[in-house]
Amino acid sequence: MSLRSTVRALPTLFRVGFAEMVAYRAEMLVWVLATTMPLIMLALWSAVAHDAPVGRFDQQDFVAYFLATFIVRQLTGAWVAWQLSFEVRTGTLAMRLLRPLHPMVSYAVENLAAIPLRLVVALPVAVLALILTGSERLPRDPLLWTIFLVSLLGGWLITFLANAAIGTLALWTGSSVKLMDVWLALYMVFSGYLIPVELFPPLIRGAIEVLPFRYQIGFPVEILTRGLDRGAALRLLLGQWIWVGLFVLGVRALWRKGLQRFAAYGG
Amino acid sequence: MSTTARYWRLFRVQVRSSVLLGLQYRADFVLDGVVSLFWTLTALVPLFTVFHLRQTVAGWTFEEALLVTGWFTLLEAILEGAINPSLTAVVEHIRKGTLDFVLLKPADAQFLVSTARFEPWRSTNVITALVLWVYAFVRMGRLPSPSGTLAALLLLVVATSVLYSLWILTVSAAFYVVKIDNLTNLFNSIFDAARWPVQVFRGLMRWIFTFIIPLALMTTFPAQAMLGRLPLPALAWSLVGAAVFAWLSRRVWLSSIARYTSASS
Repeated sequence: MSLRSTVRALPTLFRVGFAEMVAYRAEMLVWVLATTMPLIMLALWSAVAHDAPVGRFDQQDFVAYFLATFIVRQLTGAWVAWQLSFEVRTGTLAMRLLRPLHPMVSYAVENLAAIPLRLVVALPVAVLALILTGSERLPRDPLLWTIFLVSLLGGWLITFLANAAIGTLALWTGSSVKLMDVWLALYMVFSGYLIPVELFPPLIRGAIEVLPFRYQIGFPVEILTRGLDRGAALRLLLGQWIWVGLFVLGVRALWRKGLQRFAAYGG
Repeated sequence: MSTTARYWRLFRVQVRSSVLLGLQYRADFVLDGVVSLFWTLTALVPLFTVFHLRQTVAGWTFEEALLVTGWFTLLEAILEGAINPSLTAVVEHIRKGTLDFVLLKPADAQFLVSTARFEPWRSTNVITALVLWVYAFVRMGRLPSPSGTLAALLLLVVATSVLYSLWILTVSAAFYVVKIDNLTNLFNSIFDAARWPVQVFRGLMRWIFTFIIPLALMTTFPAQAMLGRLPLPALAWSLVGAAVFAWLSRRVWLSSIARYTSASS
């Protein structure tokens, strides 16, 4: 599997993945509709900020924050952990291994192929957010916009790689869906998805600084809504890509060791 | 033998077979317990953070909101232990066409599918709910109101019945759209809103959560009842509402099952 043949296969893989998404569009729409959490949290925080702003957040800020959260979540989604766990258990991973392409590449392209359709859902929400809260919260600096785009990519990579790492553990345990549940619980709480990172008590905030979760959602959202200055944004970007690097190394090591144990039960 | 006695016996047989099945996977029991405890604890983080910043939110103090969380935790345990497992199995039957075998049996199909699987060991959250209530009342330095506690128990029955009816409605959708595992996901994500007192929501959302998807009567009303603050009409209307929901879900189930074509069997 040379690099060249992999790159040549990418557009086709992407088209196949996209066609699959279009075929199951109703299913995907339900997945998107199930992302009600930002709306619930928006209602809660609006009630909290009803009489006086919380920190620097007034009700309008919360609207902007949680709609941005919805958008970033849509664009950084990945579900390889469930896929891998399922394919290990049923033995269908064997089919993937036969192809002259690294399975992780095919997973990545399949997951990325969902993004155009998700963008269709996310764009109206973005427009709504602009109408409701105005554009003065958005960053003015082109460098910050560049950092935002890079941070979206980094956020997606961390989500994908964490999924892949946990999914790979299924090669040892048979199923790693439960472990993924634990990860998901931590991710929900500490990523800024439910609570803006700034509003945590200082002690928890210190822990969040070194955990990967904030870089999956909170960081891109903060650039969009808070006007992080260049220095802070660059520092967080560095932190994010250190995590991306760590996850790449981790997934590589796990995958190499785990694959030797793969027995393709029932395949 | 009267019909009731016959169904009661059937019910016991179904429960016994579920328990025997569950005893085969004891390691899962421990793991499930640990994972759901972990979920409940992390779910408390927003509550603590919010009340770290404010004394009251939408008229609720920390201890009072904790009662609502307790009710949410209890209902989640009922959902996961008694309602989810059976109804997930129905969806699988519909997809594979094996519902035939259930329909052929000489008993009501809705009864059979609803009691097919119980996973009581997934209900470790019942204990968590009790701990939350005790903690909340100790912090308030008072006891729950006695008549209110009776009302709360009544509301527990009402809430369980509404939850079950809502589930039957969701499952009935499986006859039309077949692939439904993500509909259950949608259901769970909406149910998540019941974690907070309904007063937190405003306008359209509160209206929906009170009348269309009555999350209010599942968690907010019982908590208010425990505090002795639930107006009597709300209790009465909850009973009426639950009856209407049960009747509606039965009608929808019957008309959906009439559409069942036993595809792919």
